[in-house]
Amino acid sequence: MIEYQNIFTTVQVAAPDYAGVPVENTHDDRTGILTHSYWMGKLGDAQIGPIYLGPLGVAALFTGTIAFLIIGLNMFASVNWDPIEFVRQLFWLALEPPGPQYGLSFPPLNDGGWWLIAGAFLTLSIMLWWWRTFALGNNYGMGNQMAWAFAAAIWLYLVLGFIRPVLMGSWSEAVPFGIFPHLDWTAAFSLRYGNLFYNPFHMWSIFFLYGSAVLFAMHGATILATSRYGADREIDQITDRGTAAERGALFWRWTMGFNASMESIHKWAWWFGVLTCVTGGIGIILTGTVVENWYLWGMKHGLVPTYPMIGEAVVDPLLTEGAQ
Amino acid sequence: MKTLTTKLFATVGLGTALLLGGCEMPPPESTQWGYRGTGMEGLYNPDRLDELAADNVMPEAIPAVPAVGPKAKDIYQNVQVLGDLSVGEFTRLMAAITQWVSPEEGCNYCHVAGEGFAADTLYTKKVARVMIQMTQNANENWSQHVGGAGVTCYTCHRGNNVPEYVWNINPGHKVAGGMKNQMQNVSSVAAGLASLPVDPFTPYLLDDRNGRHAGTTALRDEGGVSLKESEWGYSLMMHFSSALGVNCTYCHNSRAFFSWEESSPQRVRAWHGIRMVREMNNEYVDPTTDWLPPHRLGKLGDAQKVNCETCHQGAYKPLLGANMIKDYPNLAKLAQPEPEAPADEAEEMSEAAGGMADMTTGGDQ
Repeated sequence: MIEYQNIFTTVQVAAPDYAGVPVENTHDDRTGILTHSYWMGKLGDAQIGPIYLGPLGVAALFTGTIAFLIIGLNMFASVNWDPIEFVRQLFWLALEPPGPQYGLSFPPLNDGGWWLIAGAFLTLSIMLWWWRTFALGNNYGMGNQMAWAFAAAIWLYLVLGFIRPVLMGSWSEAVPFGIFPHLDWTAAFSLRYGNLFYNPFHMWSIFFLYGSAVLFAMHGATILATSRYGADREIDQITDRGTAAERGALFWRWTMGFNASMESIHKWAWWFGVLTCVTGGIGIILTGTVVENWYLWGMKHGLVPTYPMIGEAVVDPLLTEGAQ
Repeated sequence: MKTLTTKLFATVGLGTALLLGGCEMPPPESTQWGYRGTGMEGLYNPDRLDELAADNVMPEAIPAVPAVGPKAKDIYQNVQVLGDLSVGEFTRLMAAITQWVSPEEGCNYCHVAGEGFAADTLYTKKVARVMIQMTQNANENWSQHVGGAGVTCYTCHRGNNVPEYVWNINPGHKVAGGMKNQMQNVSSVAAGLASLPVDPFTPYLLDDRNGRHAGTTALRDEGGVSLKESEWGYSLMMHFSSALGVNCTYCHNSRAFFSWEESSPQRVRAWHGIRMVREMNNEYVDPTTDWLPPHRLGKLGDAQKVNCETCHQGAYKPLLGANMIKDYPNLAKLAQPEPEAPADEAEEMSEAAGGMADMTTGGDQ
């Protein structure tokens, strides 16, 4: 049993150097190192490299590096080029978006301008990488599922950093670049807009996010548990259902009355992943633009349960005392 | 193989339990103060409660004396704010203040030996006068915040010349030339080491910036506050939390932080507290700036100011709610203003009298 419960592979996928099939529609070959690693073989395929970067990959890395450097150098400058402080405070540092006074105009470089430039380069980089994903899928004669799933994540990224700020008329509504700062921003966002947990699209997003984790675990467990009967050939078993597929299916049917097929489980997983971002993006785009306070919105629509309050009734002192 | 698996799981399980169990021992005690399911409860580490209780012991009160006999202003010179006390009460209060503020330096922290008690030579004496007024004002006019317990010098000083927890306007950390300091996005001590704004005190406890940032309507409100404002208010709330040793739900129902209807009565108390502290900083602390020595000033040349922690010092109520003012009723009310001579003139008059005050009548100080 232990070989199935272990994170390491039981079989080393090790073979002679293999550069892969020729790439169609490109003039570039795969490049870079080609080596084999026993320990990487414990986690995945033992062969490392070569890779295909191509013009799109190079452009994406180039623009991404520019964004990375702008963000990093701004952080470094924000601690007066002190390397010790830079390391010590790294998780706290940020490149902050412009203040509300600038609206959607281009602010001074040191007061949000660099944030806009970094965001532009990062977005360009991500778009180029998406295009590359799309093109590679086509070149290899694959479907475009990967590109569209990536697009779902980009949608959420664009809503947070571009679409919603534009709709709100201010760059100041966007997310800072920084580890803790973006987390503090998230908490402040929920406080400002009256608790995101009452946002139905946020609920959907959490449903699909947690659902993704559950599905991932269920599927991984099912395939590992039945691989002794050939479940590793799961794609074959979409059309040629063998005993592994049969046993896995029956396990879930008898457990919960309904089961996925070898084909559908992958569609569920894909849609759960994609819908996490799609619904999340809808929830964010509605916040502030349409709904000002999700708790009050939830009250209005009977979404919020009322609890009896314990102790004396509390009244806003501004209403009873007058402003002091 | 099977035993190996079992052993492996047992070891991993035990290790995890030990690792997580070690996070906080002993298990916290909780007190529920809201409706079940709302999470409105306080969590306390029993070990730290002992520590907290030990840190918040009220000093024994000096035996009370009758309020009869000649008044302090008739016997001593230059008694501007405590003149209506009997000499006995006055002497008792001076002794108490010495115990609270300068137990090591004694009377000489504010009075120069051989010069007479009347002289205002030392800045500490002038500060003490303002602080007595500040204390009296808090007790008389801010019962909505300090009612039930009151405040004395000890509430903040705890035997220190300057209370342990005070603040100055934060000039911000050093940034490179040409950079604009965003006053956030470094480890913020005020905000419990979050990356939130580093100085929430200046806008809210000195200036009267509006801390209300959450939307007040269900649907879009064109006049809504910028999202960035929330980070400032959030930072102040982190200070509240750490200064009082409580979590958010001491005042708020976390499902609707902004909602007063959902909040606990403590939030109203805190609301008055913000305004009380703002008044203390503007009306009492700030005016002392001009005559404070440089070592009592912050980097920007401002006096050391009050925030929640100055009094609370990690306790939900200062000194865990002990009532101190009952033993020192002379600090409970502001002195009636002298109708004939404003304070400044009285000061000049007393200075004209020079060091004429008789030290020997100063009692047993």
